[in-house]
Amino acid sequence: MILLIWLELQKMFKKWRTYIGFIAIGFLVLIVQLALYFTGQNMIDFQTRSIQQSFVMIGNLLNGYFIARLILSFLIIHIPFLIVLVGADLLAGEATAGTYRMLLTRPVSRLKIVSAKFLSGWLYVIFLLGFLAFLSLGVGSIIFGTGPLISFGGGRIVIFAQNDILWRFLAAYAFAALSMLTVISFSIFFSAFVENAIGPIAATMALIIILLILSVIPVDLFQTIKPYFFTSHMSRWDGFFSDPIDYSDIFDSVVVLVAHIAALFGITSYIFIKKDILS
Amino acid sequence: MSYEQVIEVRGLTKKFRNIVAVNNLDLNVYPGDVFGFLGPNGAGKSTTIRMLLSLIKPNSGSIKIFGKSLKENRENILRKVGGIVEKPDFYLYLSAYKNLEILGKISGADTSNKKIMEMLELVGLEKRYKSKVKTYSHGMKQRLGIAQALLHDPELIILDEPTTGLDPQGMKEIRDLIVYLSKTKNKTIFLSSHILREVEIIASRMIIINKGTTQVEGKVDDLLKSDKVAVTFEVDKVDEALSLINNSSWKSSYVSTAKNEMKFELAKTETAELNKFLMQNGFAVSAVVPVRSLEDYFLKITEGGEK
Repeated sequence: MILLIWLELQKMFKKWRTYIGFIAIGFLVLIVQLALYFTGQNMIDFQTRSIQQSFVMIGNLLNGYFIARLILSFLIIHIPFLIVLVGADLLAGEATAGTYRMLLTRPVSRLKIVSAKFLSGWLYVIFLLGFLAFLSLGVGSIIFGTGPLISFGGGRIVIFAQNDILWRFLAAYAFAALSMLTVISFSIFFSAFVENAIGPIAATMALIIILLILSVIPVDLFQTIKPYFFTSHMSRWDGFFSDPIDYSDIFDSVVVLVAHIAALFGITSYIFIKKDILS
Repeated sequence: MSYEQVIEVRGLTKKFRNIVAVNNLDLNVYPGDVFGFLGPNGAGKSTTIRMLLSLIKPNSGSIKIFGKSLKENRENILRKVGGIVEKPDFYLYLSAYKNLEILGKISGADTSNKKIMEMLELVGLEKRYKSKVKTYSHGMKQRLGIAQALLHDPELIILDEPTTGLDPQGMKEIRDLIVYLSKTKNKTIFLSSHILREVEIIASRMIIINKGTTQVEGKVDDLLKSDKVAVTFEVDKVDEALSLINNSSWKSSYVSTAKNEMKFELAKTETAELNKFLMQNGFAVSAVVPVRSLEDYFLKITEGGEK
């Protein structure tokens, strides 16, 4: 299995489309960092205007942590667009190229092949999120320095001490990776049905958009089923920057996302094993 | 070797919705055979090959390869089978070398530099081993397809139209390679081809299928021996010659006339006799052209003229 994953990764990283996500994230993070370098202080001043007369802010609030959290919240909604480019190609790309005929006549079970496809796709997501973390948190800390993290939300302002931040980021990136694993799993699922990657890309993005729209429509039915939409849990990483952290809320989200991933893997494997290869 | 047949197919049937692609097909390939698999377009050849390589699941029937059920021993069987299904497609963004390395590793083959280069040399691609496959011509991809089929040293090689798209020199090289693999390496070859001459030259046994069912199966020599050969005689004064033929015992062998050519169906020994007969009666015979025997036989079988 490790050999199959390694071979899948080799194929993946020989393709130009694999690097689009890294290039886009590198460019976006750089742009956001540059913009915040010049105007970030105004942003903090605006957010803290209500308490400025009562409190004196000491220290570097426009630091790498603040920037990293801001970037994660800006980009997490858009990273799916980059991830599906790779995920949708994992199975459909083999059909398009006609290489299913070579691949599936090897002495390896289809379950192992589809598992290797999923695992390499998940590894890609982890690499991409790791790259985002490296640029926004690592490079951001070098450029902007470190300090306490000021957090706005729910009408409250919370300031985390410097030694209480890093683990929150690790947990937040891990959660963000989990939500992106769900997205790529959907794109691999859709790609098992077709012979062209464009369909699964469009289908996954359409699904995300539809679920996001349904989530905000104030109709009882939609509000009742909203907790089961995976999109309702994609931004729950932010819970790690609350005080106190609502662990049960985060746990529920993890369960929903993991259930989606497991179901998508199971259904895709079943379809792939039963599939007649006609391409 | 604990099996009599390398491939044993019984009652194989595959339907796509209401279309029956393969219908109750039986087939036997023996060790050491170069087995010609013939049939017109849409006869079910590719569907059968895909089922033999487990790309498609049959609706009913059984496939045994090396004496074992393909359904229950898929991986063990495929370890000893190499194949090309229709046109060989590769990862175009990778080099020929890398493609072989990846496919070989999945097959558990020896993927040392020496082995891969040996395979590339065998198919004449050693000088382009670094080039991405997207820069290859169709013929080069076809050769690479054969290399990937041989890389893990299979006992059974299934080739679906292996000479399609090759120039005459390339076709001859592939034919020679098939003969070499059969005679020298003792491989069993299952060869699907549209080029009947190719099958006639190199196959020891063959099957002709049509509309998904077996029409004939047997040794190539035995099947063709029983058949008369179509021969065209090019003569001057064709109308007078036709009149002579109609008033002679050759009338029963006569088939048709076109321009100055008269077509007959003759046993092998009769060609010289008819030629002598025409010349003795004052006709100048400028050419005697035998129609390819397998081609003629194939057309008869697939058009329902003979069974």
